[in-house]
Amino acid sequence: MSDNKKETKNWEPTIVAFFCNWCTYTAADLAGVSRLRHAANVRIIRVMCSGRVDPQFILNAYAKGADGVLIGGCHFGDCHYMEGNYKTARRFHLLKRMLQDMGIEEERCRLEWISASEGERVRTVINDMVEKVKALGPLRLPERFNEWDKEMEFIGEHNIGEEVHIHA
Amino acid sequence: MPEKPKVAFYWCASCGGCEESVVDLAEDILMVAEAVDIVFWPVAMDFKKSDVVAMPDRSIVATFINGAIRTSEQEEMARLIRKKSQFIIAYGSCAHMGGIPSLANQFSREQILNYVYHEAPTVQNSERTRPMLELGRNGTRVTLPEFRNTVRKLDQVIDVDYYLPGCAPTPKLLKEAVLALLSGNLPPIGTVLAPDVALCDECPRKETKPEDIAYTEFKRPHQVVTDESTCFLAQGMICMGPATRGGCEAVCTKGNMPCTGCFGPTSRCIDQGAKILSSICSAVSATNEIDMEKVLTTIPDPVGTFYRYGLAGSLLRKKIGSEK
Repeated sequence: MSDNKKETKNWEPTIVAFFCNWCTYTAADLAGVSRLRHAANVRIIRVMCSGRVDPQFILNAYAKGADGVLIGGCHFGDCHYMEGNYKTARRFHLLKRMLQDMGIEEERCRLEWISASEGERVRTVINDMVEKVKALGPLRLPERFNEWDKEMEFIGEHNIGEEVHIHA
Repeated sequence: MPEKPKVAFYWCASCGGCEESVVDLAEDILMVAEAVDIVFWPVAMDFKKSDVVAMPDRSIVATFINGAIRTSEQEEMARLIRKKSQFIIAYGSCAHMGGIPSLANQFSREQILNYVYHEAPTVQNSERTRPMLELGRNGTRVTLPEFRNTVRKLDQVIDVDYYLPGCAPTPKLLKEAVLALLSGNLPPIGTVLAPDVALCDECPRKETKPEDIAYTEFKRPHQVVTDESTCFLAQGMICMGPATRGGCEAVCTKGNMPCTGCFGPTSRCIDQGAKILSSICSAVSATNEIDMEKVLTTIPDPVGTFYRYGLAGSLLRKKIGSEK
């Protein structure tokens, strides 16, 4: 990670945020009309329920270059669809463990319950997450994919310019 | 007599099971041998690489390649065969998605070589020998292919026209693919040559799949006596069926084992592991975080369970930090 930091002095993290229409997105709206300033690193996507956030969306965000993913939903008991947020929480528990197994740090994936009245909390959570992801450095998955594939651009240094005998 | 269409089979990082499945055509292999000319099949017939090099480009109608790509030799052969073939069919889970060999993408080349040559309890290697790319001795020089740091599925290395899924593909699907090739009645390029519905659709236990499942713990097949006719999900076991393409005719669930996902996802799903994780976890019964955690710890290895046949083809591909 320390190498990454050197390369990217002015780097700013990109955080994809999935906010539930009924609670967290409304809270983000409230933060806006209350003129609360927060870090500009989040790209907010409104979903009808945090339960709509397929783990595929999260992995895809990383694969397309996100440095972190934030999911915002209603507190337990408040879900507009009764139990969408419970499903989110259960998926999140295992997904987080799986991400760690794949080398993606815990701080890059965050789930928060933020009700419609908690505009201040939206600001606190976003600022805190941006700071933590900044400390980790860029994830740069698309660049990593390219780097991993560089080993394919030649057929082993020892074989260059020479016929390789296979099954001889 | 008109020339018969030329067909080839090749293997890369694989166990040999895919080759077996070709032989499993049984009497039908005579029909295949009658209709086509097999010009290259290292496991069964004596060909050299130089024979393939000598073939005109695109002179092979179709080559079935099984196995993932792990070494420089496999990559080179795949590229050579691509040049000589009109159609490339990725045959089996490893060529299709990376297969079991691509679970090694959780480790670096160094970790793997160190374990296999030094640390494994069954290894005696006091001279600390390691495979070398090149060795010169007594005026001769011998070389070995390079063991790459990343395992790849076939279409991460060359263009692939069709996919035959499965670990291994069933003889029925192979026969259908060969007949389609011979008749020229081919689906669009990129098609997976198996039904595009979930396995549950053809599972004999389908009727017993409950509307609502509430997991209080996940059981693994060796821990319980499984009921032979009830849906595995209803028995608290992880079955990949809901996130896996059908076409195998439910061989595993008929044999009283849950599906482990070898046919890969349907066309509507981009990441099989994430999809089944989503489905399974949402059905956990717990309503507070501590209990959720407790139930989910009974899935000890989510990557190995949900990506058993497809880590190379998954959205994340490889563990970060295992690059070197």
